[in-house]
Amino acid sequence: MTVDSTAAARTPRKRTAAKKSAKKSPGVGAPDLVQLLSPEGRRVEDPAHAEYAAFVEDITADELRGLYRDMVLTRRFDAEATSLQRQGELGLWASLLGQEAAQIGSGRATRDDDYVFPTYREHGVAWCRGVDPTNLLGMFRGVNNGGWDPNSNNFHLYTIVIGSQTLHATGYAMGIAKDGADSAVIAYFGDGASSQGDVAESFTFSAVYNAPVVFFCQNNQWAISEPTEKQTRVPLYQRAQGYGFPGVRVDGNDVLACLAVTKWALERARRGEGPTLVEAFTYRMGAHTTSDDPSKYRADEEREAWEAKDPILRLRTYLESETDTDEGFFAELEAESEALGLRVREVVRAMPDPDRMAIFENAYADGHSLVDEERAQFAAYQASFSDAEGGN
Amino acid sequence: MAVQKLPLAKAINESLRLALETDPKVLIMGEDVGKLGGVFRVTDGLQKDFGEDRVIDTPLAESGIVGTAIGLALRGYRPVVEIQFDGFVFPAYDQIVTQLAKMHARALGKIKLPVVVRIPYGGGIGAVEHHSESPEALFAHVAGLKVVSPSNSSDAYWMMQQAIQSDDPVIFFEPKRRYWDKGEVDTEAIPGPLHGARTLREGTDLTLVAYGPMVKVCLEVAAAAQEEGKSLEVLDLRSMSPIDFDAVQKSVEKTRRLVVVHEAPVFLGTGAEIAARITERCFYHLEAPVLRVGGYHVPYPPARLEDEYLPGLDRVLDAVDRSLAY
Repeated sequence: MTVDSTAAARTPRKRTAAKKSAKKSPGVGAPDLVQLLSPEGRRVEDPAHAEYAAFVEDITADELRGLYRDMVLTRRFDAEATSLQRQGELGLWASLLGQEAAQIGSGRATRDDDYVFPTYREHGVAWCRGVDPTNLLGMFRGVNNGGWDPNSNNFHLYTIVIGSQTLHATGYAMGIAKDGADSAVIAYFGDGASSQGDVAESFTFSAVYNAPVVFFCQNNQWAISEPTEKQTRVPLYQRAQGYGFPGVRVDGNDVLACLAVTKWALERARRGEGPTLVEAFTYRMGAHTTSDDPSKYRADEEREAWEAKDPILRLRTYLESETDTDEGFFAELEAESEALGLRVREVVRAMPDPDRMAIFENAYADGHSLVDEERAQFAAYQASFSDAEGGN
Repeated sequence: MAVQKLPLAKAINESLRLALETDPKVLIMGEDVGKLGGVFRVTDGLQKDFGEDRVIDTPLAESGIVGTAIGLALRGYRPVVEIQFDGFVFPAYDQIVTQLAKMHARALGKIKLPVVVRIPYGGGIGAVEHHSESPEALFAHVAGLKVVSPSNSSDAYWMMQQAIQSDDPVIFFEPKRRYWDKGEVDTEAIPGPLHGARTLREGTDLTLVAYGPMVKVCLEVAAAAQEEGKSLEVLDLRSMSPIDFDAVQKSVEKTRRLVVVHEAPVFLGTGAEIAARITERCFYHLEAPVLRVGGYHVPYPPARLEDEYLPGLDRVLDAVDRSLAY
């Protein structure tokens, strides 16, 4: 990679500029923010972050195009799901718009034998883990509460209760350590979840047992209508210090930095050095979910400011200016995006309602006499209608 | 020797020891379960023999204990976690109800959650606030959980084995005021089903149904009633989810009268469910309404008043008399 001296020279100025806003909300441009690709699409070389940068030092143009493709397709999928909700095909959708770099960067940092515990917005991470995106839509359409086998891709089911999964991740990581395996766990959560007791407890447990887990907090600035200032008085990544493990703040709109820092943290975990908290400083460009109306609590200017830091645009600029990526790549990707959107639409519309007897399935692994009794009653009640029809 | 006389707490200890020996995936977790052996010494000596990796002293965080146990179960372990006292389970209630109970269904059966949550419960030991409660109905109401409680050493031994082997999460309520009661344990016996009720005393005039700490009281009631010429049948329910309604029905069809006894508040409790179901099933057999004896709809009282709150011999006998008077 070539060093862009202009970008390098520009970086300190940005930091100074950001310090002002740091009084209210420490943020992008703070000295402790790991950034490898500037919003203008230029490589940032900061000796302070060389340890992280080393993890993407040898990244090829093909790999960069791969990251770009992941982000574009994930955004397209997300947009399709949002449209499907608006058209009544989904009951709800939690959009990841704006968080593609945080998710693709961290998701691509994982190994097949790592285990991922997502919240309910990690569509990009699911993509990286090989979960068919249409499987993510079942719970939002209301045909199931999960939709995939967690063990097929080492990608746990979405967890709706905020922060609960950080403890599951910690326990799983404790199990990995007991097994003597060298895989690791990554747990996703948001800035709002950082206020939950379970997240604090998972920090305690993982530190005490030196569990190989990476806590990946996507600070997207808003927990529905509540800004990060309503969750914390210190930058979130600094919380880790109190538990005795490192916390790193990364530019969540910089896919390269997210990839590098997550790889660094996962490697630490594999080496038996315990947990890391990564705070990906990013922005949820859309609503919390399709039920939400962000115009009631945040200004348009804020979103516009973040749009200038769009994770996809900045990598495109870089690909166009610094690699041999030609127009053909972008055109092909555009066609692939459209095909994905079409497929998602067709699959969702064709999703059948589950069989009504499914209500009683899998409540228990070993069975339960009350469930058996109620299943039989329900079946008899249903059968009474067909008997009546047959009699007519 | 296959048959030993053991206090209930020691029977659980022996059962946990057997599980740790038999299955390397079994783990014991909780506050003070290691060096101390638990505040009731139920896990006494286990860490010494199986190590800190198998018998794990945890931070003081109940949600963390259950939440990490879920993660360990997802990794293939079979954690048995101890909640130190009944009233301390509520910080973990969210993990138990929203995660532990539902994850198997959410995954369409693809993953299993073989976690046992041990909870010493109930009053009668003169403890302070939050150390004497009976929250079993709160758990039995939640689909996805199984809820059991042994009343004697043999059941404590065998039901713990069965709970650990179950692929479903089991909430295992231990009657703490019976921890020191001795009973015979046949370690080579073939145990009955975990969720089957058991007739501990045959009778013809009235059925008493109880579980956990109240079984002993009901057996005393039956003995006292016999001196007055009344023949009471005593059923140990053993499982609050599922409930062996068939066994209760069979007994009530014979005796035609039913009194349900538990320490927990009567209102919306296990007894209410049994009364409703048995009324549906045995309406034409019943000579009297199903009566319930239990705690009041008040916070568990201070220790000096707990004997007024807990069902004792006289309160149960009074209910028996009321039933027989119909």
